[in-house]
Amino acid sequence: MNVKQKNLKAWFKSGTPWVWMTGGGVSIAVIMTLGLLAVIAVRGLGHFWPADVLEAEYRVPGQAAKLIAGELVQAEEVPRARLAASGLPVDAAGGEFMTRELLKVGNREVFGADFNWVVGEWLHESHTPEQLMVLERREWGNFYGYLLGVKEGGKPVAEGDAAWAELQARIQRVDELHAQIARLEKKDIGRINAGLERLRLQTRRLELEGRLDAAAQADLDAERAQWDAEYKVLESQLIDLQQQFNRDSIMVKTVDGRELELSLGKVVRAYQPNGMGTFDKLGFYFAKLWEFVSDEPREANTEGGIFPAIFGTVMMTLIMAVIVTPFGVLAAIYLREYAKQGLLTRIIRIAVNNLAGVPAIVYGVFGLGFFVYVLGGSIDRLFFPEAAPAPTFGTPGLLWASLTLAILAVPVVIVATEEGLARIPRALREGSLALGATKAETLWKVVLPMASPAMMTGLILAVARAAGEVAPLMLVGVVKLAPSLPVDGNYPYLHLDQKIMHLGFHIYDVGFQSPNVEAARPLVYATALLLVLVIALLNLSAVYIRNQLREKYKALDH
Amino acid sequence: MQHESHSHGIDIGALGRKKQTLDLASEPVALEVPGLNLFYGDKQALFDVSLNIPKNRVTAFIGPSGCGKSTLLRTFNRMNDLVDGCRVDGEIRLDGHNIYAKSVDVAELRRRVGMVFQKPNPFPKSIYENVVYGLRLQGINQKRVLDETVEWALKSAALWDEVKDRLHDSALGLSGGQQQRLVIARTVAVQPEVLLLDEPCSALDPISTLKVEELIHELKSKYTIVIVTHNMQQAARVSDYTAFMYMGKLIELGDTDTLFTNPAKKQTEDYITGRYG
Repeated sequence: MNVKQKNLKAWFKSGTPWVWMTGGGVSIAVIMTLGLLAVIAVRGLGHFWPADVLEAEYRVPGQAAKLIAGELVQAEEVPRARLAASGLPVDAAGGEFMTRELLKVGNREVFGADFNWVVGEWLHESHTPEQLMVLERREWGNFYGYLLGVKEGGKPVAEGDAAWAELQARIQRVDELHAQIARLEKKDIGRINAGLERLRLQTRRLELEGRLDAAAQADLDAERAQWDAEYKVLESQLIDLQQQFNRDSIMVKTVDGRELELSLGKVVRAYQPNGMGTFDKLGFYFAKLWEFVSDEPREANTEGGIFPAIFGTVMMTLIMAVIVTPFGVLAAIYLREYAKQGLLTRIIRIAVNNLAGVPAIVYGVFGLGFFVYVLGGSIDRLFFPEAAPAPTFGTPGLLWASLTLAILAVPVVIVATEEGLARIPRALREGSLALGATKAETLWKVVLPMASPAMMTGLILAVARAAGEVAPLMLVGVVKLAPSLPVDGNYPYLHLDQKIMHLGFHIYDVGFQSPNVEAARPLVYATALLLVLVIALLNLSAVYIRNQLREKYKALDH
Repeated sequence: MQHESHSHGIDIGALGRKKQTLDLASEPVALEVPGLNLFYGDKQALFDVSLNIPKNRVTAFIGPSGCGKSTLLRTFNRMNDLVDGCRVDGEIRLDGHNIYAKSVDVAELRRRVGMVFQKPNPFPKSIYENVVYGLRLQGINQKRVLDETVEWALKSAALWDEVKDRLHDSALGLSGGQQQRLVIARTVAVQPEVLLLDEPCSALDPISTLKVEELIHELKSKYTIVIVTHNMQQAARVSDYTAFMYMGKLIELGDTDTLFTNPAKKQTEDYITGRYG
């Protein structure tokens, strides 16, 4: 007993329990992080895999049997009693549980919804026919069914087995046309629209300044006529392209026998997942993944890609970094180097630290109330009177979103920079001063370069805090769907007044605001994964820069 | 060599230095301190210190820790200005001009009165950039001038042969002793009139210490050198004159040989013989 107690005491004294406890803390943290990543990766990335499409006879007791086809999304065990209670004609006899399966049946224009819960026990003769085809479309979601034939301008060109190859070739043609149309609309017509808008504002400005005389009017008219002529040319091109785009159509049949004619212009891609080998599926998978990160969203954000959201997030974070770094660094320099240390600086430091703890949405409210309405409103009145009553900067936009995030993140930059400045050995400052440097010269030549890794640390923390923030952005500039990127080929190239899309808000939007919850759910995970990756990438590049700086200004050992 | 044996701690003869005949009163004066008081807040750190630092000689300050020798040294280039609550009462004259006068440009003063600190403090830059730092501050940027300065400054700090092939490597890669000599070269490069050395060897190994001491010998022909040291042997080895300070007061200043062999004050004798400190 005594010996045992002694042993226990010795064990405690040896520090072993302490090591186990601390090690346990680390393991739990690691497991949680990996688990989080694994969950969002599996759920998000699995979505792009071309699953088999099964066809089966669905026999609801007391009703006529019908054929259905779809991808199995989810299956669960449900108590028989609960199914019966929900009004399904369930047999009283049998096991306690039944399976309930969620099928993605597509064909929304025919069925009304593209997801359907079915009772597993009532599915019979389930099989996966190779000919069963999936069409990804620009509207109405996926189509599941069989290809009957391909038509060109209303005349059949291929039927039966030949139709599939014909379809693939024609989809490629339509894809190219679609890209051409998009380019024409976005780039060329976009340029003309921007030019016309500029012209309109110029006219209005001259009018407001009372300088719109006959000569100016004639100039403007001439310019407008030039734009209009250019537009005429493009418009005819566009109409021509659109006609070609809608030239082909296909005849298809759903599994329950309904025949439809679909314009090929509406089809993004067609595939027969049941007939694809692993390599085909892999190829398809990566094509889908690439589309996800590089394309624009379709169908209320439930299909297509999220490139504008990635772009918006990165852009906003970069602008935030450009604003917050000088701001925070200057404040820290003053506080640490110039301000007389005393009660006032202590109060300011406490205030700054508390600022870091203010809920983000409060910053959003401030951003809306001050930046957007007061600051933006004044800018509009002063510099853009010709655009009134339409606001230019007096409305949520990229600049205000970045600025709001900047004040949200400035405390961490200040704190990190101050710590960095405090760590520069006094001996180095004295060394510089003793050579005849003034305080400012010492700051510029010795102190600030050496504190630059600390500033980068502040920036890393700021990016980590700001890039993942969603709540304030909803008030100051982020939208569900932005018509164009904030950077394009039209003057002034970087449109700080434009609204942007953002990954964090995108998650919220597809997760909670989507009309098609089932279709959107995997995208929530995929987008979350991407958000994590984007932030990690931003952070890693900052860490890389910091390490370079650290190497360069390796602190002295004493 | 025969020498007289006596009771004091430092055996000057054993150090192998030549007996010189020095007379403080007849030396030209570099720095003149006529009664200086210094306060840190309410606490007085220097009490009515009066002394003359002779030109082109090495003057050592010795005394126990906290006696004010470093504080006194740092008043010569106004390094104490950086300390919050430090107040100086009195004058210090460099070439007859009060360095505490309102019109004095402190940066210019510090260029004329260079300082080397206890621990080597090279900047995290290349060896070359360390040496030319002071020149660049003065707006001198011609490559030829800088190159020449680097060479003679490093030569006069006895470092040239060791680093001439890696001038553009980081100064932080040098050993402690080399770093300290680099700092001396950096200080010498701006051609100061007075060189203040604040325990320059306290962080160095014996061999590096020896090199720095030899360097001090070399440099004294061109510069007025004031060195603070807690090492009495060092003071005896390198200095022409020695001042003993105790509790913020200057107890005794005299030529080094006399001070160590035949101190005028009892306190000095007690300190040198190791009774306290």
